[in-house]
Amino acid sequence: MKSGTKPGLNRDYRLPASEGEMIFGTGDVTGNLTAVNSGWRTFRPVIDGGKCVRCLLCWVYCPDGVIGKEEKDLTVDYDYCKGCGICAHECPRAAISMVREVS
Amino acid sequence: MAIDYKNLSDRELIYGQKSCPGCGATIAVRLALKILGERTFVCLPACCVSATTNVYPETSFFVNNVVTAFPATGSTLAGMAAAAEMQGLEDVVILGVAGDGGTADIGLQALSGLCERNDNVIYLCYDNEAYMNTGIQRSSSTPWGAWTTTSPVGGTAKGETKIRKNLFDIIAAHRVPYCATASTSYPRDFMEKIAKAKNIRGARFIHIQAPCPTGWGYPAEKTIEYGRLAVESGLWYLAEYENGEVKLNLHPPKFKPVEFYLKGQHRFRHLTEEDYKVIEDQRDQEWALLEKKIKS
Amino acid sequence: MLRNEETRSSRQFLSGNEAAAEGVRLCRPQVIAAYPITPQTTLTEKLSQVVADGAFPCKYLLVESEHSAMAGVMGAAMMGSRVFTATSSQGLLYMCEMLSYASGSRFPIVLANANRGTATPWSIFGDHRDSVAMRDSGWIQFYVESGQEALDTIIQAYRIAEHPEVSTPVMVNIDGFTLTHTYDPVSVPDQETVDAFLPPLKTTNRLSLENPKNLCFNIGPDFHMESRYQEQKAFRSAEKVIAQADGEFTALFGRQHHGMVERYRCEDAEYVLAVMGSVAGTTRVVVDKLRAEGKKVGLIKVRCLRPFPSAFFAASGGSCKALGVLDRNISFGYEGALYTETKAALYRPGATVRTLGFIAGLGGRDISKADLELMYEKLENLAAGKPEEEHQYIGLRWS
Repeated sequence: MKSGTKPGLNRDYRLPASEGEMIFGTGDVTGNLTAVNSGWRTFRPVIDGGKCVRCLLCWVYCPDGVIGKEEKDLTVDYDYCKGCGICAHECPRAAISMVREVS
Repeated sequence: MAIDYKNLSDRELIYGQKSCPGCGATIAVRLALKILGERTFVCLPACCVSATTNVYPETSFFVNNVVTAFPATGSTLAGMAAAAEMQGLEDVVILGVAGDGGTADIGLQALSGLCERNDNVIYLCYDNEAYMNTGIQRSSSTPWGAWTTTSPVGGTAKGETKIRKNLFDIIAAHRVPYCATASTSYPRDFMEKIAKAKNIRGARFIHIQAPCPTGWGYPAEKTIEYGRLAVESGLWYLAEYENGEVKLNLHPPKFKPVEFYLKGQHRFRHLTEEDYKVIEDQRDQEWALLEKKIKS
Repeated sequence: MLRNEETRSSRQFLSGNEAAAEGVRLCRPQVIAAYPITPQTTLTEKLSQVVADGAFPCKYLLVESEHSAMAGVMGAAMMGSRVFTATSSQGLLYMCEMLSYASGSRFPIVLANANRGTATPWSIFGDHRDSVAMRDSGWIQFYVESGQEALDTIIQAYRIAEHPEVSTPVMVNIDGFTLTHTYDPVSVPDQETVDAFLPPLKTTNRLSLENPKNLCFNIGPDFHMESRYQEQKAFRSAEKVIAQADGEFTALFGRQHHGMVERYRCEDAEYVLAVMGSVAGTTRVVVDKLRAEGKKVGLIKVRCLRPFPSAFFAASGGSCKALGVLDRNISFGYEGALYTETKAALYRPGATVRTLGFIAGLGGRDISKADLELMYEKLENLAAGKPEEEHQYIGLRWS
């Protein structure tokens, strides 16, 4: 489940189709995500809400910031999780398991 | 400022970037921006962070940011801060983010100028201990004995032959208002330092060790573990320089043997017991120097 | 100090560097970053004093190198501030990396370069090898003839650089020592007139809290050429904007600098010499003298090396019998850069003009009136079918 606060893929984004649509110089808007990172993953983190005590170590250590803390249970944005496994490795309660992705 | 993770924003100001899984540098930038907030103007040189956040048309920063030339982080920041001052933008943060090569090597001159002028800037150096963006070449922050593609291991060579520069000392010698070291494995300490820096005017420098699974050669999930081991074995320290005084934030009562840190990393795997001893001697000398500087 | 009530300007006795500094003062940049180098130093010294005196609100960054000077003003330009820097020779070469950063990202930076030879052999004296080496850095390049033109061109430079269709940095080249350190009466305009000519900088090519931006992107093969095409179009626009700016400048200030290129007594000229920079002044005197002797000679003063006035040369440059090009630079292994550029512009089916490339004035070597007369004589020889080497050194000790 994706946490509402995390940025998402800009699904409306289209590359410039004409000269007039080209950016000026080397400047463009910030936060324009045009590709997801989910394909990088071999294993996905799955959080066991029953074991989690919300110490938020996974939330703070996650390089990609994909763990959300706005819901009752912590969430993972699987569009942008790269499956590095830091969250599972650092969880003091072993509440996160890394589950192999199936294609 | 005490940091409580619960109270930090869930909003990300860097997101979706193409850094390697388990990237320590990304942790550093993400947590820094959590404290500094939306009114931050980021300046990056050529480095891992710029190369993974700024490739048209994808932009992974959600705050103003620019990419400048490799040697020019300090000088570009100086200009940005000068313009901010002239425009009366008092409540903004001008933040530099650069790697160890971009800071200790090619960017050192501009950074020295920035510190000497005491420009109103926070400079964050994420240290992954080599030129990782170009594919693991040694920098002046690469530790003794580490394999890189330009400090190879072979018949007569066993990795980096020189002792790394001490950036903390170099910057403190400029008598800046604030200078600190940090580690991505100690996020509370790091974020407290960022928060402290945010409330100081002038040139502020934070040097954070940011382990790199790709360049150091360990499984991605162990980024935090190796950063912690570096501190526990005394090969990295958490310190602050402020008001002319050096303060240690964490002093391990007894150092862990360095082999716990070195053994699992590909870059150190050629080292022998004798080499571990050399590294421990270097560590002890460094700590002896450090302790002399600390006000008892 | 004399005041001219009609044009509201004051007449002052200034060196070229001081005149340029006055031009900068009147444009009121918010951030200046500079590093000392001979013969630029007196320009930034004067600005330093002017800023210290509080003449206008400005942050003067004392940087530790020219690389940092250009990076510093670029940083301020990224924030939307008007900026200035100045340098010379090795300093310009040291800035090289940042010059292409600034131009590729289209920041309207103005830089004054005190032209000086490049080491080695070491020389603090003037030639154009520094700025000509930076010809392809993506900067508009002006070369001026006098302190007055230096002052006026700085003011024009901001107007051109900041034009939304141009948005490209401008380098104003002032011959080292020949102009930077020689004194002449200079008309210094008043602030109101300059303000009427140069409105405050407005650009969307900047960072801001209202519209956060990424600047200085990495653009891969998919769109890189399109970005470069935009830069080239900006230079095409600049041709028009330079002419417009000069026209408006003339109307307001009463002085004309002829845009990208000036023709002096070329109407019926048979032998014409094209030059850049301060030597244009001496050449005018020589042209007047030879004209008085009944010789049909003329001068083309190339004010812009980029954009290059190629259309001008294609249209009218070849109407004389022989055209000489004087270069205070040399591209080793070929010839002077201006000569190459000029020949390329002249080239078209049926072109008949004969040309000679003169190299003179390298490393501060004086270019005398006699040297210039010799050049005209060689052009006359060429037109008459007498043998003349295409490439010639004028003023060489042994030749």
